[in-house]
Amino acid sequence: MDKEAGKKAIVEFLQKKSKSKSKFYLKDFYEVLPNEKVRDVKNLVNEMVKDETLEYWSSGSTTLIGLKGTGKQAGAEDEA
Amino acid sequence: MAKHATPLLDQLESGPWPSFVSDIKQEAASRAKNVKGVDYQVPADACDDVLGIMELSYVHKRTHWKHGGIVGVFGYGGGVIGRYCDQPEMFPGVAHFHTIRVNQPGGKFYSTAYLNQLCDLWELRGSGLTNMHGSTGDIVFIGTTTPQLEEFFYELTHKIGQDLGGSGSNLRTPSDCIGEARCEYACYDTQALCYAMTQDYQDELHRPAFPYKFKFKFDGCPNCCVASIARSDMSFIGTWRDDIRIDQEAVKAYIGGEFKPNAGAHAGRDWGKFDIQKEVIDLCPTKCMWMDGGKLVIDNRECTRCMHCINVMPRALRIGEDKGLSILVGAKAPILDGAQMGSLLVPFIKVEEPYDEIKEVIENIWDWWMEEGKNRERLGELIKRQGFQKMLEVTGIDPMPQHVQEPRHNPYIFWREDEVPGGWQRDIKEFRKYHQR
Repeated sequence: MDKEAGKKAIVEFLQKKSKSKSKFYLKDFYEVLPNEKVRDVKNLVNEMVKDETLEYWSSGSTTLIGLKGTGKQAGAEDEA
Repeated sequence: MAKHATPLLDQLESGPWPSFVSDIKQEAASRAKNVKGVDYQVPADACDDVLGIMELSYVHKRTHWKHGGIVGVFGYGGGVIGRYCDQPEMFPGVAHFHTIRVNQPGGKFYSTAYLNQLCDLWELRGSGLTNMHGSTGDIVFIGTTTPQLEEFFYELTHKIGQDLGGSGSNLRTPSDCIGEARCEYACYDTQALCYAMTQDYQDELHRPAFPYKFKFKFDGCPNCCVASIARSDMSFIGTWRDDIRIDQEAVKAYIGGEFKPNAGAHAGRDWGKFDIQKEVIDLCPTKCMWMDGGKLVIDNRECTRCMHCINVMPRALRIGEDKGLSILVGAKAPILDGAQMGSLLVPFIKVEEPYDEIKEVIENIWDWWMEEGKNRERLGELIKRQGFQKMLEVTGIDPMPQHVQEPRHNPYIFWREDEVPGGWQRDIKEFRKYHQR
C-alpha cells in the first residue's frame, strides 16, 4: 500500500465532502480505498489521527472520524 | 447550605434504598470542607453543579448534556468521552464534565491502598465522583475538564500502573470473573486469559477498529458472574466434558440436614427441611438426575451445565476434571435492535497458552465483521442478517449438533451445492422413470 497516496486520497475525500458532512464512520474510509485491506485502511486512518491530520469524535458508544478542526463542535470544544 | 435547591432530587433520597443523590451530596460537602487541603484541579463545586443541572433536567424533562466530543489523550481513540453541558453560565463547575473509563484490575481485585490511590488522583484531577463499575466492568470516573485529561492519564499510567479502558467503536475493556483465584467452580484461569487478550489486542482496545463496540467477557463457569452470555459479543464460558464428580456421603449429609444447601447462602430464614427431590432433581432443566436406592445418579450426556445442582450442593457435587471453555457469540444489550443472548459457536476448547486456537476464532470473526458489518451493527445483528451458517464458513467451523437449539424448528444450516454429490443438477429423464409428473 502506498501510504502517502492513501493519505492524500482520504484528505481529498474529506475535503470534497466537507460542505455537507464533517464526521465519518471508519467504514466510509474503506470505500475511499476499495482495493486495500480493511485492516490496512484502519491502521492508516489511526496513523493520520496520530499525525494530527484527522481527529476522532466519540459519543461514547460510537466513534466518528473527520479532518482535524472541522465541524461545528471543534471551535466550541477548544475553549478551555 | 447547598449551592442549588434540588427538591425533585431530594425525593430520590426518601426511598428505602441507597441513593446516588445522597452520594453526590456527600462528595459535594466533602469538597466544600476540603479537610485534606487538596489543590482541586477542577472546580471544587463541580458536584453541586451536577446536582443543579440534574435538577434542571428533571424540571424540563430533557437533558442538558450535549452529545459526545472530540477530547481524548494523545495516541488513544477511546477511554475518554467528551461531556459538555448546555448551561455553562448557570453551572460552570460542569461546563466540561468528561467521563474517563479506566481498565479495572482482573476479577476486580483491589487492595485498599490501590483504591485510595485511585480516589486521591480523582479527587485532585476530577470531580471525585466514580461509578464502580460500569456495565462493561470499567472503573468509570465521572467529570473532569479538558486540561486535566493528559495530566490524569500520565499519573494513572506512570504512578498507578493502570491503563484506560475502551469506548467508542473499539474493543471494550475485557472483563472477567474472579476465576481460579477464589472460586472452585472455575474451569479455566479467567484472569490469565483476560489479561492475555487485553495485552494482545491493545491496538483494538485503544483505537477504533470496528463498525461498533465489541465486548469480550470471561466467565470461569456457566454461573456467568460477569454475564458474558447476555452482554458480550464474544463470551468465554468455562465448562467440562467429563462427568460431574459426586460424593455420595456428602449427598446423604445434605439430605440429612448436616450441610446447609447453597453453602448457607439463604440461611437467613427457615425454609424447612432440605428436600433434594423438590429443590434439586425436579429443577434440573434436562431431567438428567434421579435418586436410585439412596444414591444420586446423573446422566451426564444429558447435562447442560446449568450449575443448579452444584450450586445447591457444592460439597457433594463438583465440576468435572476435563476442563475448558465454550465460546458463544452475538450477545448484546438492547440499544439498537433488541437484546440478544449469545449463540454457541465452539462447544469445547482447551485453554492453553499462548491461546492460538482461541485467537484464530476471534480474528476470523473480526475480519468478517470489519468487512461485512454495517455502521453501528453489532456482531449479533450481523449473524442474524447473514446467517449463522455464514459465520461457520468464515470461522472454518463445521456445523455440529450443539449449534442446533431445537431440531426441526429452524434448520438454518443448509447443504451447499459443492457438498452434495452431483450438485443440484439432475437428469430429468432418469428422474421421470421413477416419478410421474
